[in-house]
Amino acid sequence: MFYRETGQFKTSYAADMAIFPIRQDRIALWAVLAFAFIGVPLLASFQVWPFGGEYMLRAILIPFLILSLAAIGLNILTGYCGQLSLGSGAFMAIGAYSAYKFSTGVHIPLEIFSISIPPLPMLPSILLGALMSCLVGILFGIPSLRIKGLYLAVATLAAQFFFDWVFSRVKWFTNYTPSGSVAAPELNFFGFVVNSPVERYLLCLVFVTLFALMAKNLVRGSIGRQWMAIRDMDIAAELMGIRPLYAKLTAFAVSSFVMGVAGALWAFVYLGAWEPLAFNIDRSFQILFMVIIGGLGSILGSFLGAAFILILPILLDQVPQALGVPLTVETVSHLVFIVTGALICWLLIVEPHGFARLWSTAKEKLRLWPYPY
Amino acid sequence: MRKLTLALAAFAVGATASTGPAMAQNEQFLPSLVYRTGPYAPNGIPFANGVADYWTLINERDGGINGVKIVFEECETGYATDKGVECYERLKGKGPTGAGYFSPLSTGITFALTEKVPGDKIPLLTMGYGRSESRNGAVFPWNFVAVGSYWTAADVAIQHIAKEFGGFDKLKDKKISLVYHDSPYGKEPIAALEARAKLHGFTFKGIPVTHPGVEQKSQWLSIRQDRPDYVLLWGWGVMNSTAIKEAAAVGYPRDKVMGVWWSGAEPDVTPAGDQSTGYKALMLQHGAGKAKVHADLEKHVIGKGKSPTKDDFAQVLYNRGLLNSMLGVEAIRTAMKKYGNKPMTGEQIRWGFENLNLTADRIKELGFEGMVSPIKLSCEDHQGADVARVQQWDGKNWKVISEYYTADRKILDPMVKDAAAKYAAEKKITPRDCSKES
Repeated sequence: MFYRETGQFKTSYAADMAIFPIRQDRIALWAVLAFAFIGVPLLASFQVWPFGGEYMLRAILIPFLILSLAAIGLNILTGYCGQLSLGSGAFMAIGAYSAYKFSTGVHIPLEIFSISIPPLPMLPSILLGALMSCLVGILFGIPSLRIKGLYLAVATLAAQFFFDWVFSRVKWFTNYTPSGSVAAPELNFFGFVVNSPVERYLLCLVFVTLFALMAKNLVRGSIGRQWMAIRDMDIAAELMGIRPLYAKLTAFAVSSFVMGVAGALWAFVYLGAWEPLAFNIDRSFQILFMVIIGGLGSILGSFLGAAFILILPILLDQVPQALGVPLTVETVSHLVFIVTGALICWLLIVEPHGFARLWSTAKEKLRLWPYPY
Repeated sequence: MRKLTLALAAFAVGATASTGPAMAQNEQFLPSLVYRTGPYAPNGIPFANGVADYWTLINERDGGINGVKIVFEECETGYATDKGVECYERLKGKGPTGAGYFSPLSTGITFALTEKVPGDKIPLLTMGYGRSESRNGAVFPWNFVAVGSYWTAADVAIQHIAKEFGGFDKLKDKKISLVYHDSPYGKEPIAALEARAKLHGFTFKGIPVTHPGVEQKSQWLSIRQDRPDYVLLWGWGVMNSTAIKEAAAVGYPRDKVMGVWWSGAEPDVTPAGDQSTGYKALMLQHGAGKAKVHADLEKHVIGKGKSPTKDDFAQVLYNRGLLNSMLGVEAIRTAMKKYGNKPMTGEQIRWGFENLNLTADRIKELGFEGMVSPIKLSCEDHQGADVARVQQWDGKNWKVISEYYTADRKILDPMVKDAAAKYAAEKKITPRDCSKES
């Protein structure tokens, strides 16, 4: 539902329908964007702790941004449209492998159906790769018209295993490399080669910002409201004149497109060389957990969930050493599992709606101290 | 107020600790990517212990490499590629000269790091694993697939099978299957095996096993139907012992199963008990057992309680860890001859690797006699050796059952050349001219 907060009165329809109707939200967003686009590169180039060195950008911020993007993709499908999916890894893999094929040239040497596309530049490759993922997403979304909930999850699980199999068995996708591992081509955007950590970070940031804004915009419009109506009660939605076919398939399409972009970035920008294992079932679960912990049906939640699932274990892993506690690596990694697991349990008991809900309660309390409505 | 003070105090402690103890300038930092947890831990632990123990030995016995102390740090990868990349980024900049060299002990992580090391100028020592075509140092300046690649292993395995059958001509119309870990690691040997299959006319069949390899029932049932004359095993971690158990369950003779050198250690055979008797595996030159260096380790490292090593002491993978560190340390020593006795940068250590020349005398001096044969690396040749032996598990110990085989470079060299050229074309790399390197 849409509850508008009181206290800030709008004088025009445009102001009332803005993406971020609360003034504080807008200021915060501009501040975060300014910090991300200008502050971080500046701090990194001046070697200010902790942005000095390449570790922060390469090993934390870049994967965080990419997985946030994937989480946004899944959140559209699962959080907004209520279609449980375990196929995120597969859609990311399709994005990555299709982008790889488009950027190295596609040759289908069949007698009746011969296609030969020369190697495409990087940006069209990534977008076409995402489009492939989108098409496959629509295909695997069709069963969602008949099956629901956990049964749909199993159907998307089929996508996961099928594409795992395809990309490790069909050698055409890997350009016949003997090991089945492929290396990303040069990241050349209109003649500008993205190479240094800051450039790679900015590239991911641009993609994430664009797609997050797009998602935020979609979910408040007609189509987003259709998704939510389907999620809340599909029969009622149908009676109100919402077409389930259109609503569900658009959710699958948008979601898998975004995940395809995330997959291509994960492979090209973060890993550099990858194998199907990079997009296996564990990746699907990881992204699903990000969405659940972060908050179903929240774009901000996707970021918070990605931060929790990805960054927290990495930080915990380094705490004992930073404090000078002599623990062996296996003890530390077991401790990380225990602490992260306990935190997840605690969070889901205290706030089943995830971080996004915690944040919005906090926001209300801050604006109307101390009693939120 | 008390809470605030506590928080501030905690912050202060954290801040001082994170800046770390002042790093002494005369230290060589060496990173260690390990996996002591997860399904591959039984094999990861002994190797990691061997790696660490040899570095500790150098510090304790010799006071470092020519007086430069080794400082090392482990990072747990769990054999996962993305975690390995994170660990690499975490460790690459530490120490006064940055990380010396990386040994990820995972083919998947090796592939990912191969894309990153040229930018960071850090050598990648992948002893007996990784990209087979990275032998070509002109295209892969930073990869060192020292001592042996998977193609070497595949070639030697076929040579041994031919010998058992009584000659290469006897291989005709035989069936040889490969049960492999479904990852770059397991797929690497296929090209070399297919080349041999074409040459000798045997039927080759690859049977993939999904990570982590605890479920192999259907694979071994298909082997029972197929009745291949020999089964090669390219497994890692729990996959190996599971394969041996499944072979026993379908009644496939274990002495017709031969593993690669990563499937030929104690953790691979002991879980299957008596069922493992007769199982064979390649050796990356060395086997289990003690050489002279082990006496020093017992005296300076194990005896002083400076190591987590317990039962795995002098086991196959522990010894391989020692060997891995020995090659690294000797490369640094070689580099110091040119650049002086101070901490070396990755670039200098690469020069050390490319000019590494371990003679039989030097190996004996280091206490590694019998574990490795003389090896010489160069700009063109980042592998340096083509030999391997075969060992067999007798229920209690690994017994060496063959002489040294030499892989046929007439078959492998063109493959290395083609694969490297393809990689260079795809990545737009201009190969170095090795005749101009000093």
